Amino acid sequence: MSENIDNTVAGESDIVCEVRNVGTQYGDLVIHKNLNLQIKRGEVVALVGGSGSGKTTLLRHIVGLTTPTSGSIMLFGKDLHNLERLEQQRLMNRFGMLFQQGALFSALSVYDNIAFLLRELKQFDEATIRQLVMHKLALVELEPHHGDLLPAQLSGGMVKRVGLARALALEPELLMLDEPTAGLDPDRSHKFVELIKKLKQSLGLTVLFVTHDLDTLVSLADRVAVLADKKIIAACSLHELAEVQHPFVVNFFHGVTKRLEKLK
Amino acid sequence: MAAASFNLYQDAQNRKCLQLSGQWSLRAVENDFAELKNGLAPFFTDPFVHWDLLQVDQLDAAGAAILLNGWGNKVTHNVSLKPEQSELFNMLANLAMPKSNKTQYDWFSPLAGIGGRVFEFIQHLKGFIQLLGLLLLEIVYLLRRPQDFPWREFSANVYKSGVTALPVTALLGFMIGVAMSYLMARQLRAFGADIFIVNILGLGIIRELGPILMAVLVAGRSGSAMTAQIGVMRVTEEIDALTTMGISRILRVILPKVLGLTFIAPFLVLWTSFWALAGGAFSANLELGISFRFFFDYLPQVVEPVNLTLSLAKGLLFGFVVTLVACHFGLRIKPNTESLSSSTTSSVVTAIVSVILVDAWFAIAARGVGV
Repeated sequence: MSENIDNTVAGESDIVCEVRNVGTQYGDLVIHKNLNLQIKRGEVVALVGGSGSGKTTLLRHIVGLTTPTSGSIMLFGKDLHNLERLEQQRLMNRFGMLFQQGALFSALSVYDNIAFLLRELKQFDEATIRQLVMHKLALVELEPHHGDLLPAQLSGGMVKRVGLARALALEPELLMLDEPTAGLDPDRSHKFVELIKKLKQSLGLTVLFVTHDLDTLVSLADRVAVLADKKIIAACSLHELAEVQHPFVVNFFHGVTKRLEKLK
Repeated sequence: MAAASFNLYQDAQNRKCLQLSGQWSLRAVENDFAELKNGLAPFFTDPFVHWDLLQVDQLDAAGAAILLNGWGNKVTHNVSLKPEQSELFNMLANLAMPKSNKTQYDWFSPLAGIGGRVFEFIQHLKGFIQLLGLLLLEIVYLLRRPQDFPWREFSANVYKSGVTALPVTALLGFMIGVAMSYLMARQLRAFGADIFIVNILGLGIIRELGPILMAVLVAGRSGSAMTAQIGVMRVTEEIDALTTMGISRILRVILPKVLGLTFIAPFLVLWTSFWALAGGAFSANLELGISFRFFFDYLPQVVEPVNLTLSLAKGLLFGFVVTLVACHFGLRIKPNTESLSSSTTSSVVTAIVSVILVDAWFAIAARGVGV
């Protein structure tokens, strides 16, 4: 952690992402109410909650896909929703997002998918882009020849890896993962979690992820933010979560303790 | 931290030293690597420059790749690096590169392209005949078990591709009738042959224009929708789901579309032709003073009723061709966006071209009938 604090840019606070009093309402349906969350640099935060509790909606707010009805979201100290276009684009390049189904551009090869943002930047020649794409492929433990494949030819685990490589293309500081291990078998899911941990270490990432999978949660998260009753009812480490008396947490923690025992 | 920068100085031994400092990383949004590379270009070629990277705060793969490319993909001895930087450079330099995609121009490629097209055409033809065969088998099956006929889907398709097409076909028919009649009226008046406008419009619209207009509209409206729908059902594995439930996809998805549109197409032809004639009569009334009553009284006398039969038969055939083409292309869609768009385009284009080819054949086959 001390190294991460050293990396902090002067004048920019230690908080990478801050959700302030966010409320979301679609018609009569209230999804979030006075929701607050802070993510510090270098942390791995898991966002958990029951189905339909608005986890993915919150993640979509944070990455700027949707706008909350009230409240604000600050990324790197700036409000993504209230920026002019160019500045917004720059801010968006500082985080990478891995979608649940990968969301790879199906018309482009794996190589072009990863090279997409690098080309968009218009700062690199093709030789450099090639080297960078190969670097990203190596980072996610894929072979160079996989670059020629089309997304339709990839297996589920590979789609996630390519999605991750694409999210990492611009060396983001913040990585967001929507259900990173959904649809993977336990072995692959374990390997993918290990990969994320390794990348987090080597690239100095801050990670926010949504998950339903307790194994992923236990082995990856530093801190758990629990979304229930339309707000974050707890944001603390797994061990501290044991003290929280809330029906969802108690129920949920039952599964966690079993796994924590297994880890020991 | 600051943006990436470099400065040149002479060190104690009078060597040229290039000191890099700041954040050589994409994370510093102020960095423009193209500019940096241009600025460094003269030093890359100079073998006597000593590179000093010890003051660099943060070096990521992008910054390293720029430098490594400039140095000709190897780290020379006159570079001072921190250990973690040299690790990054080593990793980048030792990356396995696949063979370059660029190949030499092949002079036979145009010829090979034509050959490829021919094979593709044969593939389509095969698929088409296969689809026809499958449909025939399903119809034979339905003759044995009529209670399995997909009535709901059939009526849904009649409604979707027939009933909802009524306003647009009427509007288009009327407009084209008005335009044609107006132009012809001016020519005919010059010869004093006003009355012949009924012959020309009657024969032209009933025999040719009505069916073609209907087919083009339906191909654009319903054909594309069918291709896209079947394609998306394939992408989302809905068709596979149907098959695993023991329900024939041809019977439940393709057949209702084919029968539905084939059934409703002749009615659409009638409807379109009627509105085109109405438009023609309207314009003739304005331009030549021919009354509506006279127009429609005189029409059956100059246009033989067999033309109407011919028109309805054409409608039947065109409807069949359009749906068959649409379903054929829909079933060939692969699960990606590119395939979806190109198949939908091909479906509409092929449907319209086939309809016009069939029409030409019809014109030759029925050349002695009704004119």
